[in-house]
Amino acid sequence: MRRYLAARLLQSLIVVVLVTTISFFLIRLAPGDPFSFTDFTMNNVVREQLRTQYGYDQPLPKQFIRFLGNVAHGRLGYSHSMQRNVGTVLAEAVPRTLLLMSAAIFAAFALGIAIGALQAVRHGSWLDRATSAVLMFFYSIPDFWLALMALLAFAYWIPLFPSGGMTDAVLHDYMSLGGRIRDVLAHLVLPALTLALLSAAGIARYQRSALLDVLPQDFVRTARAKGLAERTVVMKHALRNALLPIITLVGLSLPSLVGGAFFVEKVFAWPGMGYVAASAINARDYDLVTGTVIVGGIMVALGSLLADLLYAVADPRLRSR
Amino acid sequence: MPSPTRVSAPADRLAASLVAPAMAADAPSLVTRRRLTGTMWWSLALIFLLCIIAIFAQQLAPYPPNAQLDIIGLKSRPPSGAHPLGTDQYSRDLLSRMLFGARISLSVAMLAVLLSATVGTAYGLISGYRGGRVDAVMMRLVAVLALWSPVPLSALILVIGLTGWFEVSRLVRAEVLSVMQREYVVAARGLGASGPRIVWRHILPNVLNPVIVSATLGVGNVIILEAGLSYLGIGARAPTASWGSIFFDGSDAFQTTWWIALFPGLAIILTVLAFNVFGTALRDTLDPHQLAGDRAR
Repeated sequence: MRRYLAARLLQSLIVVVLVTTISFFLIRLAPGDPFSFTDFTMNNVVREQLRTQYGYDQPLPKQFIRFLGNVAHGRLGYSHSMQRNVGTVLAEAVPRTLLLMSAAIFAAFALGIAIGALQAVRHGSWLDRATSAVLMFFYSIPDFWLALMALLAFAYWIPLFPSGGMTDAVLHDYMSLGGRIRDVLAHLVLPALTLALLSAAGIARYQRSALLDVLPQDFVRTARAKGLAERTVVMKHALRNALLPIITLVGLSLPSLVGGAFFVEKVFAWPGMGYVAASAINARDYDLVTGTVIVGGIMVALGSLLADLLYAVADPRLRSR
Repeated sequence: MPSPTRVSAPADRLAASLVAPAMAADAPSLVTRRRLTGTMWWSLALIFLLCIIAIFAQQLAPYPPNAQLDIIGLKSRPPSGAHPLGTDQYSRDLLSRMLFGARISLSVAMLAVLLSATVGTAYGLISGYRGGRVDAVMMRLVAVLALWSPVPLSALILVIGLTGWFEVSRLVRAEVLSVMQREYVVAARGLGASGPRIVWRHILPNVLNPVIVSATLGVGNVIILEAGLSYLGIGARAPTASWGSIFFDGSDAFQTTWWIALFPGLAIILTVLAFNVFGTALRDTLDPHQLAGDRAR
């Protein structure tokens, strides 16, 4: 197990380094630089001077070596578009993404497991077929489209929820603690539900087939023969044994929700990692782009590592390895 | 079994179960099979229709896709008789743009999937057939590469195609390992057939089914991916339309011009849905041994 963990960590490290390297060069090869979009009244002489001061006129390999040195010392650089250190920007963005992600993942799995279990128990009925069709539909919807339509429908046409952001731009600072929590929750509903609905469709499909695998097995029949209530049979005996693939999904969904959050955060102006990454790319904010890639990459690697660990905890057969 | 499979055990299991059908434990009874072929036919018809639309976009489109018809009178008009899907902010006819956009979206998706299926199959065949150290190194490489999300470069099809074959190669390798144990492969080897001949004539035809299924399901993913990449400016270049680029053109002012974002989104959903339904039905027909129910019993 320990050797396996070391191998996985090494693998993740290689991936993070590779992806960071690629994004370092790609963002510099894209047209424009951090100073071509800021302040259009700025004199071009001043612009050139700023480029020289920050070393963006140096050859790329030289810039890259300096970048590596900085990262090795834990310095992620300075964000020109946010006028703050990249570390500070990301330290604020990560908890916001985690709040959104954990709400979305929790809702997605609660919904997905419930629907999938219901389908398996009512296997073959009209309810099973109808929900399968609906799930297939949700499974095929792109996240950016559902996000935009949710915003259009429930923030503009029927104004049930605020139209984006994480807090009320004006009133939040004047609210009581309870009011602030309610304010954030109201802003959280639409983006979290959008993400949850999309992933719940896939999760339900796994849960359904996993439970259908388990239901015809002998121990389930034994439980029924003992005279246990059907509810106990399904919830306590069958469902527990059908959770293995779902547990893998929990871990594997962590990285995908970081990636998926890119568009959803952008549409709902939720100021997390995805939103920061999108605006950093648009502003050619070099250090912020590489910073989000490094931190995002580490989060993704930790997510898939966590998936493996969860799996080992849930499946005793894997623990000995 | 060499260690790489263990290194990525849960991921492999997931990849395998991704291919396990949605209709998982359904016994392939006559009733379900008839129902499946029913869904198979309408989804196939829909895919066919979409391809026809893409091919004959020139004839079907009422206006040229990039023509600015009347920048004052027809700017951002909602759907009407003359413009069934409305016009965009440059007074271009949305229906015409979407018909031409179908060309880009569908051809990018299909070509990219074709490329990734070919590369993945070749890779998996070699890795699985050679076995031993070659296999260990090749699969370890895939395990690292597979964590890679598509990297934005210039040629979109190449990028998506060349970053999308990792799962296919694992799938094929696993199939090769099981097919190689079959009597007919052993017999062919006993008769003195060469390695390439065994791979080409005996193994390849028997591992193709899961590839076809995963490729069909992959088309939908790539359509969505292309749309997402066009937001980053990597997809179709303005003024060329793809469904993704039209959508993101419209998303800036969606409160007032909602139709520009709504209709390309519906087109994407319809297409992805058709490919997903067809792929699932295909899997249940081509790949009955993947039915999870068979494993349990």
